[in-house]
Amino acid sequence: MAALGFFNYWVVIILMMIGFYCVIARGNMVKKIMGLNLFQTSVFILFISAGKIIGGSTPILREGVDVYSNPLPHVLILTAIVVGVATTAVGLALAVRINEAYGSIEDDHLSDEEPPKRGRAKK
Amino acid sequence: MFLVVVAVAIVRARDLFAAAMLFAIYSLLSAALFVVLDAGDVALTEAAVGAGISTILMLAVLALARRYEHPDHGHNRGHKGVALAVVIVTGAVLVYATLDMPEFGSPDNPAQVHVGPYYTEQSYPDMGVPNMVAAVLASYRSIDTLGEGFVILTAGLAVFALLSIKPTRRRRKHPGEDNDDEEQRP
Amino acid sequence: MRDNGILRIVARFLIPLIMLFGLYIQFHGEYSPGGGFQAGVVFAAGWILFVLIYGLDAALKVIPERAMFILMLLGVLLYCAVGVANVILGGHFLDFYTLLPSPHAAQQFGIITVEFGIGVTVATVVMLIFTMFARRKSEWDEAPYEAEEDD
Repeated sequence: MAALGFFNYWVVIILMMIGFYCVIARGNMVKKIMGLNLFQTSVFILFISAGKIIGGSTPILREGVDVYSNPLPHVLILTAIVVGVATTAVGLALAVRINEAYGSIEDDHLSDEEPPKRGRAKK
Repeated sequence: MFLVVVAVAIVRARDLFAAAMLFAIYSLLSAALFVVLDAGDVALTEAAVGAGISTILMLAVLALARRYEHPDHGHNRGHKGVALAVVIVTGAVLVYATLDMPEFGSPDNPAQVHVGPYYTEQSYPDMGVPNMVAAVLASYRSIDTLGEGFVILTAGLAVFALLSIKPTRRRRKHPGEDNDDEEQRP
Repeated sequence: MRDNGILRIVARFLIPLIMLFGLYIQFHGEYSPGGGFQAGVVFAAGWILFVLIYGLDAALKVIPERAMFILMLLGVLLYCAVGVANVILGGHFLDFYTLLPSPHAAQQFGIITVEFGIGVTVATVVMLIFTMFARRKSEWDEAPYEAEEDD
């Protein structure tokens, strides 16, 4: 029965590894950013599941409820989610710019091309 | 379990539009998981952010770039084997590490014993606010929230700095597509 | 998408509801799940829906870009101002107990103000990011070709 106690950790580890694989083994940049997001979300699941008490409920004070789940991980994860979306937005903006400068967002295309010539309009 | 299936599908999808949709499904499923794990605030945030904002931004990038992921070349196969090996080794090490971790949901977790009960018991007498998560976020840990406001502000400024210069195109003799360069705005 | 009748009618119904829901989450953050971040994101999602249906130009007439910049900065400044006001009134930074006589009321006032600042900042930043991305496409299509260089 001890294995069931660890089940949530193992699911999180599987998700984390899938995200990790996606980041390092795929060349397309948008796919990499998706893998990064998968990774982040699996870490959130880890934290929230570590903060749960069986038989507890959402940490908002109400009538008739005695046991609450720990509110501290929720606070940390809220901050982490918003930081995650900030990172994703900046990463996607970078991907857009790279696409414009080089014409593609694949890794192997990028390593083959020389940097574009900068054309400054003469003013 | 659905999460694992959807995650694998995201990795393998070649059509990036389908991958974005699967990503939205993944976010929604994890939000549902958060509800089951008693985290109301987090579920709301993850559903709004993951299924909404992240997906929309990825679709916006796909409108600007190509929609299909490039198939693997021959010289990439070796890379994928190494990547898979690294991933498996890391996963095995992590599984070994979790054998010492406390059981799921027990009340005498180390995470539950130190500061958690203080927040649970003291936040209403201190503040008179029923939502403990908001109380901790905005009052006990207020400086962290200020830092987070700065992070969001910086992200907005960074995206503005990256995308405010108008692009120009340039014909290039390379095989494939147009590629481009930017020039300063007059 | 402006011409699609079903989308327009549903959007006309949904967008005010979404924005109202965002405001509800913002100000009920103390009694139910919610607070600044969630409200900001939901409000921005309502605006994004408006952009998708009615086009970017119409949406930028509603909330112009300069307004987004100014509000973005004002949100974080509000947060810092509350913190500094605490210091001026004699407590620690972001203490909240010095703002009003009764401790419960002081904390609630502080929390509401701070969450409002965060909500405004998050909403405007998400709207700004989306505007930047959405405008890139039309700028790209109109982008002029540079003069040929001799290679």
